[in-house]
Amino acid sequence: MKKYSVFSLARNALDYHENWTEAWRSPEPKPEYDVIIVGGGGHGLATAYYLAKEHGITNVAVIEKGWLGGGNVARNTTIVRSNYQLEGNAFFYEKGMDLWRDLSQDLNYNVMFSPRGVINLAHNDAQVDAFQRRGNTMRLNGIDAEWMTVDQIKKKAPLLNTENMRYPVYGGLCQPKGGTARHDAVAWGYARAADDRGVDMIQNCEVTGMRIENGKILGVETTKGFIGAKKVGVAVAGHSSQVFQMAGMRLPIETHLLQAMVSEPVKPALDTVITSGAAHCYISQSDKGELVFGGDIDFYNSYAQRGNYPIIEHVVTAMCELFPAFSRLRLMRTWGGVMDMSMDGTPIIDKTPIDSLYINAGWCYGGFKATPASGWCFAHTIAQDQPHDLSSEMRLNRFETGHTLDEKGVGSTPNMH
Amino acid sequence: MLIKCPWCGDRALQEFSYQGDATVQRPAEPAEPTDAKWDDEWYQFVYLRDDPKGWHDELWQHNLGCRKHFKARRNTVTHEIADTGPMNEELKGGDK
Ligand SMILES: Cc1cc2nc3c(=O)[nH]c(=O)nc-3n(C[C@H](O)[C@H](O)[C@H](O)COP(=O)(O)OP(=O)(O)OC[C@H]3O[C@@H](n4cnc5c(N)ncnc54)[C@H](O)[C@@H]3O)c2cc1C
Ligand SMILES: [Zn+2]
Repeated sequence: MKKYSVFSLARNALDYHENWTEAWRSPEPKPEYDVIIVGGGGHGLATAYYLAKEHGITNVAVIEKGWLGGGNVARNTTIVRSNYQLEGNAFFYEKGMDLWRDLSQDLNYNVMFSPRGVINLAHNDAQVDAFQRRGNTMRLNGIDAEWMTVDQIKKKAPLLNTENMRYPVYGGLCQPKGGTARHDAVAWGYARAADDRGVDMIQNCEVTGMRIENGKILGVETTKGFIGAKKVGVAVAGHSSQVFQMAGMRLPIETHLLQAMVSEPVKPALDTVITSGAAHCYISQSDKGELVFGGDIDFYNSYAQRGNYPIIEHVVTAMCELFPAFSRLRLMRTWGGVMDMSMDGTPIIDKTPIDSLYINAGWCYGGFKATPASGWCFAHTIAQDQPHDLSSEMRLNRFETGHTLDEKGVGSTPNMH
Repeated sequence: MLIKCPWCGDRALQEFSYQGDATVQRPAEPAEPTDAKWDDEWYQFVYLRDDPKGWHDELWQHNLGCRKHFKARRNTVTHEIADTGPMNEELKGGDK
């Protein structure tokens, strides 16, 4: 791999940037691998990278039905945080924050991680209590959290409307270490670094079946033929139910649709992430200058990567209430992604009842921030054939045994998490 | 998206709320409430879903209208609705 640096940039400028090499190879699949990862999203690619880097397993293929980064990894609103209360979640996401910090150096790829702070706005007394409690829990777990008064928030985000609205802002809980990262760079960076360690990226290759004999997986059927594997890890996000159906499994998951949108680009106007659970809107500004925002899911099961107009209207209304100045901007693009909503709102990283078949699923709309930690723990689960300590409560059988991790306490209603 | 309430006719999506999979069945009460099979049936009823890509029988409520619950057969890829009807009637259409 040619290292990216200011020197390589200068050297390539001399021949008009015509001689950059490809970021990764595009090999034909081998007949057999030690590990096959199904799904070339953030989680699959991170898993392949940590299998090679942390566990020395390099005879690995990532099998992706479309192109790398065509799924949710490059459709999300890029918010990174670890403001969880349950211990089964908190330390996992906090590991992610540790990995985010050095990710650009580790991958030799600029993922533009920007810890600009994530502020959750409170709009009533009950929310103030709940958020302060959350902040205290986080601090007891050693995770950064700060309560902000309205004045402090106004200083950080001067364009934010806090008073002249139906539900005025009472304050907010900030995680200063949270922020954003450039989502497609995360996919490309992991892919390039994994390829450099020998991992094969097999794109345009859909997994259509699983070959299972005597309770053990032997490989996967694909549109490029059968590919054998000693172990198979599946990280297909919104298609988890579909792929595990090939193994005869039903999951505690429903697939739902989440939309996001961007405005036309403007000069820097917002240098933090503002979220309002009550208004159903979260918003940040990308490095290109677009305001990136989103809100609720569309609420009904969907595999269509496009959504319905009422939700767009709802999100835009909330955004205009929070930032009246932005109401003058044109909406440039809207899009959607299909997400694996689990029955308790928490992901699953585990072995399965089928020998050598592993599951990584149930990310709901919060899987982007988890990308590094998810890859880290899933690689361990596959390599050691047992869950990592940090994901030891994210078991597949927790619904059966009554050990759900329901951060919001809303029960088995996937569209409410 | 327009949804046809069996009682009120075609109405806009915003008048409805989604109530989930209509195919899961509440387990019948067994003779022995400690029956392990009953536990498993409850686990499947509460947590496991087919989550199909295609035709899906589901529950909706016309909550900003007549407030009644009903069933719909909707395609989860195209969002097309083949049929809607009261809870006690079989749905038709779609290639299900
Ligand atoms: C609009 C939107 C906003 C979001 N905002 C945030 C946010 O702000 N913060 C946050 O933390 N999270 C956010 N998320 C959630 C986050 O993006 C996802 O949870 C996460 O990206 C899922 O993991 P992934 O990257 O591996 O998924 P994906 O990128 O979807 O990867 C799965 C891959 O599997 C492939 N695949 C599927 N079936 C097969 C098959 N049969 N064979 C081969 N390949 C297959 C797919 O093509 C896909 O590329 C958001 C999601 C959306 C849609
Ligand atoms: Zn009605």
